[in-house]
Amino acid sequence: MTKRTGAEVLITSLESEGVDIVFGVPGGAILPAYDPLYDSPIRHILARHEQGAGHMAEGYAWATGKVGVCIATSGPGATNLVTPLADALIDSVPLVAITGQVATRSVGNDAFQEAYTVGITMSATKHNYFVTNPDDIADAVHEAFHIAATGRPGPVLIDIPKDVLAGLTTNHTPQEIHLPGYKPKSEGHYRKAKEAVSLIASATRPVLYVGGGIIKAGAHEEVRRLAEAANLPVVTTLMGRGAFPDHHPLALGMSGMHGTYTATTAIQKADLLIAIGVRFDDRVTGDPASFAPHAKVIHADIDPAEIGKVRKADVPIVGDARRVLGQLLDEWGDREVPDRTSWLTVLDGWRREYPLHYDQQPDGPIKPQYVIEELYRLTGGDAILVSGVGQHQMWASQFWKFDEPRRWINSGGLGTMGFAVPAAVGAKAGMPDELVYAIDGDGCFQMTLQELITAATEQIPVKIAIMNNGAHGMVKQWQELFYSGRFSATLLGDKVDYVQLVEGMGCVGLRAQTPEEVAPVIEKSLAIDDRPVVVEFVVDPDEMVFPMVRAGGTNDEVMIGPDTIVKQDPNGIPRLDMQP
Amino acid sequence: MQIQHTLSVLVEDRPGVLARVSLLLARRGFNIHSLAVGPARDDGTALMTIVVEAPELEQVKKQLHKLINVVKIAELDPEQSLEREIMIVRVSAPSSRRGEVLEVAAIFKAIAVDVGPATIAFQVTGDSTKLRDFLNLVRPYGITDLVTSGRIAMAREVKNNSASLRAIG
Repeated sequence: MTKRTGAEVLITSLESEGVDIVFGVPGGAILPAYDPLYDSPIRHILARHEQGAGHMAEGYAWATGKVGVCIATSGPGATNLVTPLADALIDSVPLVAITGQVATRSVGNDAFQEAYTVGITMSATKHNYFVTNPDDIADAVHEAFHIAATGRPGPVLIDIPKDVLAGLTTNHTPQEIHLPGYKPKSEGHYRKAKEAVSLIASATRPVLYVGGGIIKAGAHEEVRRLAEAANLPVVTTLMGRGAFPDHHPLALGMSGMHGTYTATTAIQKADLLIAIGVRFDDRVTGDPASFAPHAKVIHADIDPAEIGKVRKADVPIVGDARRVLGQLLDEWGDREVPDRTSWLTVLDGWRREYPLHYDQQPDGPIKPQYVIEELYRLTGGDAILVSGVGQHQMWASQFWKFDEPRRWINSGGLGTMGFAVPAAVGAKAGMPDELVYAIDGDGCFQMTLQELITAATEQIPVKIAIMNNGAHGMVKQWQELFYSGRFSATLLGDKVDYVQLVEGMGCVGLRAQTPEEVAPVIEKSLAIDDRPVVVEFVVDPDEMVFPMVRAGGTNDEVMIGPDTIVKQDPNGIPRLDMQP
Repeated sequence: MQIQHTLSVLVEDRPGVLARVSLLLARRGFNIHSLAVGPARDDGTALMTIVVEAPELEQVKKQLHKLINVVKIAELDPEQSLEREIMIVRVSAPSSRRGEVLEVAAIFKAIAVDVGPATIAFQVTGDSTKLRDFLNLVRPYGITDLVTSGRIAMAREVKNNSASLRAIG
């Protein structure tokens, strides 16, 4: 058989995994791999920073449902990937990262641009490989894609020394995958489905609580069918936005620290939680000891370690969300739709009494929530919405209506500031026909704004809305509420002219400073399609995110405004006999 | 409460697996009391005996299972398993007290593996209770050096076997 270099095998392996785009930054150690890439049909998008390349690959994976791929060189190239890897791990994003390593003879010698990449990324990846022989490259790539995409998706890293990339091999195609320790379970246990259905049928205050696992499994259709068949009100997590249509009458929105009053309180008062593809994150549960105190829990997840990690499950089900929901639907069969009028009436009462709200005065400063609502109105909601991390992220999740999966991309678990710009670039690269709009904060934006150069150069026309409040807004909000308004190091204090800044990078820059400028400027941004557009909205610096449950606090106490806490009696159960 | 659990973990014998396992336990906040590893019965696999301190073992097992190179995990009930550690301990034994020290050693089937003018090094094999008991008895003479192997363990074929067998081992 003909001999080819490890690097050639690497690139053809990526091709045979169906990779169409990779995001990366070259360097000395990865150099051999960039040579065959030059002739490959795979599109390489040159990021300006490896962190950007990693988040681009994440955005691509979120939007397309495929495995995202990023490439970096050894040492600093690889260490710059650690944040996106950790981000992808906690948010279950399928990713394959390829890093060059210094030549084998230099490994361990503190050589130039050497870092122990496999060691450093061990706890930031689902699995990683150090390939020491060009014969093993084809197998490593094939296994990496398999591991990244199956079971609970996640990032896999392959580290390859330069001489191994340059070395010759006759092994061009992978062998059959043999991973004796890796057998993700996709089918739930049928007896558990039976138990679950009988609990659902007999519950009086059930809540269907769905998360990112639904979107990863493509199970949104099954969620809707179960909710309708069993008449279940539905709460989504931040990661699960779009897993259930927000316009559906059974939708309660997001729960938790900044969730809607109704969603958060519904869980507190529920007698049954049907939790699917969620991990009971502390941003949802608040103090776990006081979370959903009356509820029995059905918990289905593909990752067995998530079940019982935070909350004991009465009915644990290990399996793929789509299969498990299918089993539940089969088991439910043609049972009558239960009458849950009284429970739904209670929820409606809360919805009316404590809606999401903000106060936009015509001559006052721009409220960020108003920007989100106007964006939603003017796009008809037909966009992939990407966000950074902080107040703007919460407002985006609260005030946008998600009716479909894979239209909401954010960093939920790691909370990575600077996620939005590169993730939007990756999403748009993967879904060029979709409108990709990112909502970012000024603090976040300044962390990865150089990736707009990538967007402009590669002609990836993303749109970015900066909510400029001159501060690290969420941290400032906590200082306001819990540190007597001592704004230690949260006021950015810069005089950045964002319009000039982004114009200098090859983008169109727009600005709105008053409420009446908001709609026209959004319309202008939507009309431009040949270049990236950045719109700066100069927003009210004092606006805070509500509702709010303080970190580690109980979900029985929801702050609906800076001075208003609505307290629930933890033992109090809503009267279900009350009439609308 | 931190309770000690003994786990027998079959892993693929690949570079870095020990690091993965120990890193995972550290990352999740589980304290490793001892970890012994060696080749397993089948080629390409290794067996780790991990004594871990954790409030409840379920999470430890589930997290370990997430490692791609971990093939099988079994929790070993001390009552239902063979547990061994090797200890080499050097005891002060001047000629005046040498007889006494050797007598104690004989009771524990401790083997003298190195004898000098002032000390004797003993090799003792057994479960952790036996090793501890031996140490307590020789401590008054003066321990000058001590090394233990960490625990290895294997499930018994016949469960509920007589406790007397354990004592002899």
